Amino acid sequence: MTTETTTPAAQRAGSAALAGGVDTRRSRPLRWRKRRGPMIEDSRGIVSETDLRQPRVRRGMRVVHVFLSVTLVLAGLGPLLWLAKAAVTPTQDTLREPFALWPNGIDWANLSTAWNDIHIDQYFFNTVVIALGAWVFQMLIATTGAYTLSVLKPRYHRVLGSLVLATLFIPSVVLLVPLYLTVVSPPFLGRDYSLLNNYLAVWLPMAANAFNILLVKRFFDNLPREVIEAAQTDGAGPFRLFWSIILPMSKPILGVVSVFAVIAAWKDFLWPLLVLPDPAVQPLSVRLPAVQSQTELDVFLAALAIATIIPVVMFLLFQRVFLRSAGLGGAVKG
Amino acid sequence: MTTTQAPAATARRRRTPRTWVKNGGLTALAFALPMILIFTVFSWGPIVRSVVMSFQKTNLLQPAEFVGFDNFIAVLNDPLLGTAVLNTLYFAALALVMGFPIPILMAVLMSEVRRGKGIYSALAYLPVVVPPVVAVLLWKVFYDASPNGVLNTVLGWVGIGPQPWLQSQAQAMPSLVIEATWAAAGGSIIIYLAALLAVPPELYDAAEVDGASIWRKAWHVTLPQLRGVIFVMLILQILATAQIFLEPFLFTGGGPVNSTTTVLLLIYRYAFQNSLGGNYGMATALSVMLAIFLALLSWIYFRLTARWSTS
Repeated sequence: MTTETTTPAAQRAGSAALAGGVDTRRSRPLRWRKRRGPMIEDSRGIVSETDLRQPRVRRGMRVVHVFLSVTLVLAGLGPLLWLAKAAVTPTQDTLREPFALWPNGIDWANLSTAWNDIHIDQYFFNTVVIALGAWVFQMLIATTGAYTLSVLKPRYHRVLGSLVLATLFIPSVVLLVPLYLTVVSPPFLGRDYSLLNNYLAVWLPMAANAFNILLVKRFFDNLPREVIEAAQTDGAGPFRLFWSIILPMSKPILGVVSVFAVIAAWKDFLWPLLVLPDPAVQPLSVRLPAVQSQTELDVFLAALAIATIIPVVMFLLFQRVFLRSAGLGGAVKG
Repeated sequence: MTTTQAPAATARRRRTPRTWVKNGGLTALAFALPMILIFTVFSWGPIVRSVVMSFQKTNLLQPAEFVGFDNFIAVLNDPLLGTAVLNTLYFAALALVMGFPIPILMAVLMSEVRRGKGIYSALAYLPVVVPPVVAVLLWKVFYDASPNGVLNTVLGWVGIGPQPWLQSQAQAMPSLVIEATWAAAGGSIIIYLAALLAVPPELYDAAEVDGASIWRKAWHVTLPQLRGVIFVMLILQILATAQIFLEPFLFTGGGPVNSTTTVLLLIYRYAFQNSLGGNYGMATALSVMLAIFLALLSWIYFRLTARWSTS
């Protein structure tokens, strides 16, 4: 349910990153090699090596380093470190001296209270289920759809492609009410059937994502046709071609789409709030604001910290995929 | 795509269900079907239904009846609409002033340093990874208006008195924008970094041959090369800010005194916070009006990116 497409420069840089290192980024045709280089490495910028020999420039660069370190640590890491500290600090200390480091000791019990008493464990599990299901359905639709549009190309592929693409221009806000009513009484399923409180109500609308299809289709379009033709000559049918040739060659883009899918599902707030009214099935993003008023501040901050830890750890583990996706796809809105 | 039915067309060219299956029509349909079904029910259908509903009076209890432009007139006569539009514009303007130049500057600086780029990018991107709801709830704690609040304490260090933040009509919206900027800047920085990598090094080499200083290189090479991305990011940001919902919904609920009620919040209230049952007609009418405006913007955006990526 996003309305953006890739920016040309981001595309170029993104495909360069996919191709395995920025050194191949210009003038050479894209190669889909397995080797993956770091995304951002030394490249020629404004300041040249000759500039750097001047002491004035050297001093300037040192200032830039200090400025970047200080700002980025303060802005990027600061709030999270504060959250980590406050999560294990008693409420009174946080309220009285928000920056004091545990004047009255560390309160580890906050974490277990948050986990057990306000059922963060349950909501955490719900969030994981929602993210996994959203991932499965988005991958299924994005790959089969892109395969139809890029490789199989039935007669109607142009019409179908434009209809899918057209939805990129429709902002998701216009879908809010009619989509909600669709979930309340879905078509073909009889009058009394409702998808409310059913995870399919979150998974399926997320799968109708034209941006994913476009991304995967562009990647499929750039796969070497000779390989596909060779496989077909060797007698591979469409299913075999899809499963054993196209998908294994497309791991980089599938990684990118996976990151998008999981992040979007993890972030989503308004839609699960509408279609999952039963607290027992709600994800963290919906429960956290709801429990705020009845929860003591220290326990609430512990809950926030728990909700943050998994995405942050995922990011630190798969940094390259995350940053590559960010460069490729533009900012992903929730 | 059009096959002429010329007599020369042999039996091989004629389409019968059997040849269709034989030529892979059925398997192609099998691959296309999940996408077609999902899009019909959850995208194309609701889009059409949205337009239809904007001309209907409906609340799910009684059968829908057509009311012409009544919903649109009702929305346009709602005194809150003007407030919501102005607030949304105010948010967008503030977000442009605060949030737009910072990522460009940071990305240019980050692309110049010789070491530590990876760590800087990771640090910059960290806030983007924090779930937006968590970010808002955390900042809500930061914005505690008491003198011992987190941000007020920081202000105290530099000798500024405590601010009311979310509790004052004047400061609520800027507070929302600060959090939104913090949450989004990292993503923009990464995009600008990618764009900076794509600047051809020859341009800098050429500028140096002509004796250009660092400032002149930045001004005459880097910025013009970034122009395309900057414009695209501008449109993307307008698209995003026009649909701002999470921040006003969770921070202030639209208050104080509707000073942070945005267009999307108004749509939400029409549909889901209505004591008389959902006024889906008015909600969809306002959605359609907003959507037309946004679709025009994204169309311009798409035309530009399509032109740039082919050139």
